[in-house]
Amino acid sequence: MEKILLIGLNHKTAPVDIRECLAFSPADTESALEALTADPAIEESVLLSTCNRVEIIMAAARPDEAVAAAKKFLAVYKQVDLKKFENSLYLHRGRDAVRHLFRVASSLDSMMVGEPQILGQLKEAYRSATVKKASGVILNRLLHRAFFVAKRVRSETGIGDHAVSISYAAIELARKIFGALEGKRVLMIGAGEMAELAVEHLIRHRVAQVEVANRTFERAVILARRYKGTPVRMEEVGQRLVEADIIISSTGAPGFVITRDQVKGVRRKRRNRPLFFIDIAVPRDIDPGINRLGNVYVYDIDDLKGVVEENVADRRKEAVKAERIIDEAVIGFNKWYDSLDVVPTIVALREKYHRMARREAAKTLNGIDHLSARDRESVFKMARAIVNKILHEPTAYLKSDGCYGNRAASIDITRKLFNLDNDD
Amino acid sequence: MELLFLLAVLCYMLSSAWYFAFLFFQKKRLRQTGCCLLAAGFGLQTLEIAVAFARCGHIPAGNLHETLAICAWALVGAFLVFQYRYRVNILGIYAAPMAALILVASAHLPRATASRPDLFKSFWLVVHIITIFLGDAALALACGVGILYLLQENAIKRKNPGFFFRRLPSLDRLDTTGHACIVTGFTLLTIGIITGMIYARAVWGHFWTWDPKEVWSAVTWVFYAALLHERLAVGWRGRRAAIMAIVGFAVLLFTFLGVNFLLQGHHGQFMKPKQ
Repeated sequence: MEKILLIGLNHKTAPVDIRECLAFSPADTESALEALTADPAIEESVLLSTCNRVEIIMAAARPDEAVAAAKKFLAVYKQVDLKKFENSLYLHRGRDAVRHLFRVASSLDSMMVGEPQILGQLKEAYRSATVKKASGVILNRLLHRAFFVAKRVRSETGIGDHAVSISYAAIELARKIFGALEGKRVLMIGAGEMAELAVEHLIRHRVAQVEVANRTFERAVILARRYKGTPVRMEEVGQRLVEADIIISSTGAPGFVITRDQVKGVRRKRRNRPLFFIDIAVPRDIDPGINRLGNVYVYDIDDLKGVVEENVADRRKEAVKAERIIDEAVIGFNKWYDSLDVVPTIVALREKYHRMARREAAKTLNGIDHLSARDRESVFKMARAIVNKILHEPTAYLKSDGCYGNRAASIDITRKLFNLDNDD
Repeated sequence: MELLFLLAVLCYMLSSAWYFAFLFFQKKRLRQTGCCLLAAGFGLQTLEIAVAFARCGHIPAGNLHETLAICAWALVGAFLVFQYRYRVNILGIYAAPMAALILVASAHLPRATASRPDLFKSFWLVVHIITIFLGDAALALACGVGILYLLQENAIKRKNPGFFFRRLPSLDRLDTTGHACIVTGFTLLTIGIITGMIYARAVWGHFWTWDPKEVWSAVTWVFYAALLHERLAVGWRGRRAAIMAIVGFAVLLFTFLGVNFLLQGHHGQFMKPKQ
C-alpha cells in the first residue's frame, strides 16, 4: 500500500497561528484540488481542512516525489515559508496513512474525541474531490471505507454518546428534562463565554425565544439583538420566570439572583411545568435550595463538571473498542488493495474459467458413453483452448503498459466484471 | 389449547430476556426482537382466547386462571398500542416480565369453571370484561411509566446521571405517556363500570347494590378522576403525577384481587367453582 500517502498537520503538532495560515476555505479547496491534480507526481488527492487540521491524502506511484510536491504546493499556494511549518508536518505512508484516516473519520484523532462534525467535514472534502475528479479508484474506495468505519464506530461504541463540554452537557440535561427543546423559552441572565455557547446550542435546537437580562440594559439590548431575542431589565427577571423554561445564569453578582421563594411563588402560575436552571456563575446565582422544589432542576458549574468528567472517562473506555474496529478495517482495506495487483487477478481469472470449462465438458461427456479415453481427452483440450483464446485479450490488456496510467481502475473493473471477489 | 398457552408464556419470557438485554446493551435489534416476541405471544393468546370463546360460547373469564390470562393479554395489547404510539421502548422491561409472571401465576390456579355459565351469556358482560381489563392494563402501564419517571427524575435531581439517565427517555416524554395511559385507562374504566351496571340491572334487577366490588371500583374511579382533574386544574404533573399513578394502581389491584379474596361480593359468584 506504499502508494497511499497522508501528509498534514493538526492541533497536536501545530499551534493555531500556523494552522490558520494553512487553512483552506471551501472555495480555496476546489482550486487547490485543481492545482494538486495538475501535478504529474500526484495521481489522486483529497484535501481535508478544518479548524483543527489540514491534511492531504494522496495516491502516487512515486511517493517521495509526491510528498515533495505536496509540501511545495502548501508553501506556494498559501504563501508561507516551508521552513516555518515543515516541523509540524506529519507524513504517514501505506497502512499508517489508512489507519490515520480511519481514526480521523471516527473522531479518535479529534481535539474533543468523539465529536461528530469531523465526519461531515471529511464527506464535504471528499465531495469536492469527486467534483474536481481529483480522487480515483484507490482514494474513492479508501474514503468510502473511512465513512463506513466511522459509522460502525459510532453505532457500535459509545464514543459519541455523551457530552464532554460543560455547555453541551447542560443541553443534554435539558433534553432529558424537556424532550425536544423546540418551542422552549430561554432566559439568559448575565453573559459570558460559556453561557453564550450554551445559548447558541439551544438556538440550534430551535428554542422559541431567547430573553436576555443584564445589569446594564444596553448590554442586554446588544446581546438580545445577536440572538434575535428580547432584552429584559434585571428587575423583571422574577416575573419572567412564569414564562421561561430554561434559565442560564452567569452574572458577577455576589449573592443569589434568584431565590427559592421567588421560584416557589411562580410554580402555580406555571402550572408546574418543569423549570431548568443552569448556573454557570461563581459565586452562584441560583439558590441551590431551589433544586428541592418539585419539577424544578438546578445544575451549577460543579454539577456540570461532574457530569462531563464521568463522560470523558467513558469515552476513553470506548475509544479502545473503536481502535479494534479500525484495526480490523485497515486489514480489510489492505486485502482489497493487494487484490489490485495484476498477477493475482490474472491467476484468479484463469482459474475461474478453466474450472468452469472443465465442469461443463465433464457434464457433456457424462451423457455420451461411446467415446474412447482419447476422444474424451480431446474434448477437455478443446475446452481449455477456448478459454485460453477468450482470456488472451483481457490478459494482454492487463499486462500491457497501455493501462499503466489507470491500472488500479482496470484491475478493479476486471474483478467486478468477472466477479472474482465473491466467488463460491 | 394448552400448547398455545405454553408458547405464549415462552414468548413473554423470551421477550423479557430480550428487553433486559436491551436495557444493558442498548442495541436496536434487541428491542425489536423483544417487541416481536411480545407481539407473537399476544397473537398466540388471542388465538387461545378465541378458541375458548368458540368452544364454550362465552368469554373465558370464569375462574381466576382464565381471568389472569385475559389480564396478561390485555396488558400486552395495551403495551403494544402505547409502544407504537409513544415509543417508550424501555417500558418493555416492565410489561413483558409482568405479562409472563401473570401467566405463570395463572397456570398454577385451579381451572374449574364457574358454576353458572348462564350468567356469562350477555353482550354487556363481554363489553364489561374487555373494557375493564384493557382499562386496568393501561393503568398498569401508567404505573410502570410512573416508576420509570421516578428513576429518571431521581437521576437528574441527584445530579448523578448514571445507568438510568442514559437509558430512559426524557421526563417530558414519560410524563406525556403516563398521562395518555391514565386518560385511556380511565375512559375504559368508565365504560366498563357503566356496562357492568347495565349488566347487573339485567341479572339482579339493580344498577348498584353497594357490593364491596362496586364500592371499591367507585373508589378507584374517583381516585383517577381526581388525578385527572388536578392535572387540568392546577397542573399536577411530573413527580406527583407519577407517584399518584403508582398509588392508583395499588388501589386498582386491591379492587381487582383484594376484594375477591378478603371481602365477599357478587363477583364471587363468577369465581365459585362447580360443586
